[in-house]
Amino acid sequence: MTNHSSPMKIVVVGHVDHGKSTLVGRILNETGALPDGKVEYLKEVCEKRGMPFEWAFVMDALQAERDQGITIDTAQIRFRTASRPYVIIDAPGHKEFLKNMITGAASAEAAVLVIDAHEGVQEQSRRHGYLLHLLGLRQIAVAVNKMDLVDFDEARFNVVKAEIVAYLNSIGVEPTYVVPVAARSGANISSKAAETPWYNGPSVLEALDRFEQARPATDMPLRLPVQDVYKFDQRRIIAGRIESGRLKVGDTLMFAPSGKSARIASIENWGGTGIQAVSAVAGQSVGLTLDEQIFVERGQIASLREAAPTISHTLTARLFWLGHQALKVGSRYKLKLATAEYAVEVVEIQRVIDVEDLANHQGAEVGRNAVAEVVFRSKAPIAHDSFIDNPRLGRFVVVEGYDIVGGGVIAEQEGAAERLDHKSTNITMVNHKISTEVRAVSNGHRGGVVWLTGLSGAGKSTISMEVERQLFLKGWQVTVLDGDNVRHGLCSDLGFSPDDRAENIRRVGEAAHLFAEAGMLVVTAFISPYRADRDRVRTIRPAAFHEVYIATTLDECERRDPKGLYKKARAGEISEFTGVTAPYEEPDAPELTVATEGKSVDETVAELLRYIESNFSLSAREQAVGWGL
Amino acid sequence: MTAMNDLDALESQSIYIFREAFNRLDKIAMLWSIGKDSNVMLWLARKAFFGHVPFPVVHVDTKHKIPEMIEFRDRFAKEWNLPLIVGENSEALASGMGPHLGRVECCSALKTEGLKQLLSKHGYTGVFAGIRRDEEGTRAKERVFSPRTEAAGWDFKDQPPEFWDQFKTDFAPGTHLRIHPLLAWTELDVWRYIERENIPLVNLYFAKNGRRYRSLGCAPCTGSVESNATTVAEIIEELQTTKISERSGRAQDKESEDAFERLRAGGYM
Repeated sequence: MTNHSSPMKIVVVGHVDHGKSTLVGRILNETGALPDGKVEYLKEVCEKRGMPFEWAFVMDALQAERDQGITIDTAQIRFRTASRPYVIIDAPGHKEFLKNMITGAASAEAAVLVIDAHEGVQEQSRRHGYLLHLLGLRQIAVAVNKMDLVDFDEARFNVVKAEIVAYLNSIGVEPTYVVPVAARSGANISSKAAETPWYNGPSVLEALDRFEQARPATDMPLRLPVQDVYKFDQRRIIAGRIESGRLKVGDTLMFAPSGKSARIASIENWGGTGIQAVSAVAGQSVGLTLDEQIFVERGQIASLREAAPTISHTLTARLFWLGHQALKVGSRYKLKLATAEYAVEVVEIQRVIDVEDLANHQGAEVGRNAVAEVVFRSKAPIAHDSFIDNPRLGRFVVVEGYDIVGGGVIAEQEGAAERLDHKSTNITMVNHKISTEVRAVSNGHRGGVVWLTGLSGAGKSTISMEVERQLFLKGWQVTVLDGDNVRHGLCSDLGFSPDDRAENIRRVGEAAHLFAEAGMLVVTAFISPYRADRDRVRTIRPAAFHEVYIATTLDECERRDPKGLYKKARAGEISEFTGVTAPYEEPDAPELTVATEGKSVDETVAELLRYIESNFSLSAREQAVGWGL
Repeated sequence: MTAMNDLDALESQSIYIFREAFNRLDKIAMLWSIGKDSNVMLWLARKAFFGHVPFPVVHVDTKHKIPEMIEFRDRFAKEWNLPLIVGENSEALASGMGPHLGRVECCSALKTEGLKQLLSKHGYTGVFAGIRRDEEGTRAKERVFSPRTEAAGWDFKDQPPEFWDQFKTDFAPGTHLRIHPLLAWTELDVWRYIERENIPLVNLYFAKNGRRYRSLGCAPCTGSVESNATTVAEIIEELQTTKISERSGRAQDKESEDAFERLRAGGYM
C-alpha cells in the first residue's frame, strides 16, 4: 500500500566544500533512491581512472543519467524513508547564489545545514542560516560533517556545535538536532555509528523524520486575499485562496482595507462530486458568492471582523535585496503583497545587517545580496499582518521595472498601524448611498484628479482645455479647474505670497477631490510651484491623485509668454513671479512627465489622453464584470 | 472540508496559477496537445473558472498526429464548448517537412515554429503549457511563470527568482511568458487525478495487444511501450513499479545527448 501524502520538502545548505553533495548522495543511497548497481559502477569507474571514489559523484551521475532519459529531477530529487516521501531541493551556489537559493529554499519546510568539523563555522554557514530564518524556516537540523577527519573527537564536535548553536540562537533559531556525521563513510546517516559512542541523538535520517510537516494554517485567523472577481454567468464569484483560517457559508466577511462587509451566500465549485461545499479551509482555492453586492476587487483581504489584518501606509520590513541596482532612500518600487500591488517609496534605511557578525551598519543604500531593515511608504493603505503573526500576509516582494528585485518580511508595528474596526484618519468612513464604484461603472471611468504642474506658459491651460473637450466628446464626466479662473471666485481673496499660494492650492485640491468623489475626472491647471503643497493635495486621496509635470524650459515659456506676464515680471511690474522672482520646484517623481518642446499641441494632448484613458477607463473586463460589483 | 490530501493541494496550487495568469496577463491561451497532461490541465482550467474556459485553447497541428488524437480533439472541443484555435506551419508543411529531414528539425519547424507563428499572429503574451518537472531534466529547472525572449528563446542559465507564490508577471513588450500549472505534478499524480476526477483520455494510453502509449506526440516519432494495463487503475499500478522513463518512446529526444535541451532553448514546450 503506497502512502500518498505530499512529500516533505527539505533544502540542504552549507559553506562550499563542507560536504553538501556528499551528504545528499549518501542519503539517496541509504534510502534506496539510486538505481541498482549505480554505486558499484561508479566505484569501478573511479578505480579505473585511479581516483578516489566520492559520494558527490552520485549527483553528477544522476545528471548524466538524466540525459539518457531516466526520470530523475536534478532540481528536486525525490526519496523516501520508511515513514514518508521527501523532496530534496537543490539550491545551487555560484554566481547567482542568493536568487537561486531563495527560489529553492523559500518553498522548503525544513533545512539541513552542513558544517565541516575541521573548518568549523564559515561565512556561508552563517549566511545560509540567517537567510533560512529570514525566509521563515524554523526547522533546521545541523550536520557536523567530516567527523572522520577529526577522529570522531567529541571535544571537537562540541566546539563546532557550541559555535553554530550560539550563532543560530542569536538570530532566534533553535536547531532541532546537531548530528556528528561522516557522510563519506556513512556514519550516523541512517543509523547510530559505532565511532561516536558518546553521541546519543538521532541519525540524519531520523532527524529528518522528526521534522514536522508544515500544516495548512487552519487554526489561524481567516485571511482570504481576493484574486479576482468573475461574472462568467449570472453568478458573481469572488475567487481566491484561503491563506489561513477557515470559513463557512453564512460567515460575515469583512474586506480590508475598504471595511465593507457581506455574508457568504455560497461556496461555488465545478466538477468533483457535485456536492455543494458549505465550508473551506486554508490551502483551498475557492469561489464565493456574497449576499450583498458590495464592491470587492483583487488585492483586498477578506477576514472575520473580530480578527482583521492591520492597515497602514508604512511598512517596516527586513529585506533581502537581489537587484542589480542598489536600493536607496527615495527610490520607488512596486510592492506585491499577497494579491495586492502598491506603489511605494523607500523612506528610511534603518540598518544594513552584516550577516557575518550581525553588526548593524548605517547605510545610505542596500546593495545586491545584502540584508537590511527598511521603511516603505505607500500611497494607498496596505492591509497586512506582521510576519510573526501570519507569514503569508506578512511578506512581500519588490518589483523594479519587469523584475522581482527583493523580498521582505514585515516587522511588528507600533503606533503607526490601525485596526480596521478602530477609527482611522486614513479611511473614508462616510457612506454615500451611491458608491464610488457605482458611479464608475455608470460613467465607464473612474473619478480622479489629474494635476498638471509647470511654469507659467508651459502649456497647462491649453492642454487641459483640449483634453477636457476630447474626453467630453467621448462621453466622459470631465471638468477643468484653471488657475486664473478660480482666482476670480473661490480664491479671489488670495495673493501670491507663499502662504497665499499654499492656501490657494489647498482649496483647489479639496475642491478637485470633491469633484473626483462625485465620479468626475478633474484636470487642474495650476503652476503649483511648491512640492510640499502638491504633496499635501496628494494625501487627501492618494490613489486618486495623478501628478503630471508639463515640462517646458523657462526660456521657452518666456519666448511663448502668451499673457505677456514674463515681460511684466522682468520689468518689475509683477512681484513673486514663478521662475523669475519666485522658485519653481520640479516634481520628484510625477506619475507622468509631458515634455512640450518640439511637439505640437495635438501631440502633447494625445500623450496625456493616452495616460488618462489607460489609468481611469474601466477595462472591458471590469465593465463586463461590473468592476467588482 | 476538514483536511486536504496531496491531490487537493496540487489542484489548489494549479488553480491559483491559472487565476493569477488570467488576471495579470492581457492575452493568454492554452496549448492543448491532446495528451493526458494537457487534458488534466484543461480540466483544472475548467475548475478554476467554474466550468468555463475563458481563453482560447490552441492546438498546433503538425499533420503527423495520430488520427485518434484529432478525433478526440474535435469531439471534446464541441462537447465542452471550447474556444479552439488550430494552427500549423503551412509553409513548412507545403515544403514537405517531415521527420525524414531530421527529427529535431521537424519538431522545430512544425511544432516550435508553428507555435511561434500562432503566438505572433494572435499577440498572446501568456501561454499555458502542461509540462512537469519530473518529466525530463531541463523541465526540472523550469519556473512556473517562465519568460521567453522575442524569438521565443529560453534563457535557462539566468531565470528570474520565484518564491512565495509571487510570479513574474511584468515583462518587456515583444516577450511573452510560458505558464506551467502542472510543474509540481508527477506522472503518477496525473494518473491518480485522472482516476479521481474521471477525466476522458485518448484510448491510445490503454494497452491493446500487449502495448500502450505512455506519452503521445506525432505518429512517426512516438513509440508504444510493452504493457497490459487496460484501465487507469492498472496504469497507476504499473507506474509504481516501472523503471522506464516516460518519454522513452519519444524519438526526437534521442537524436543527440542534448537534443531536448536544444529544442527547449529554441522555444519548444
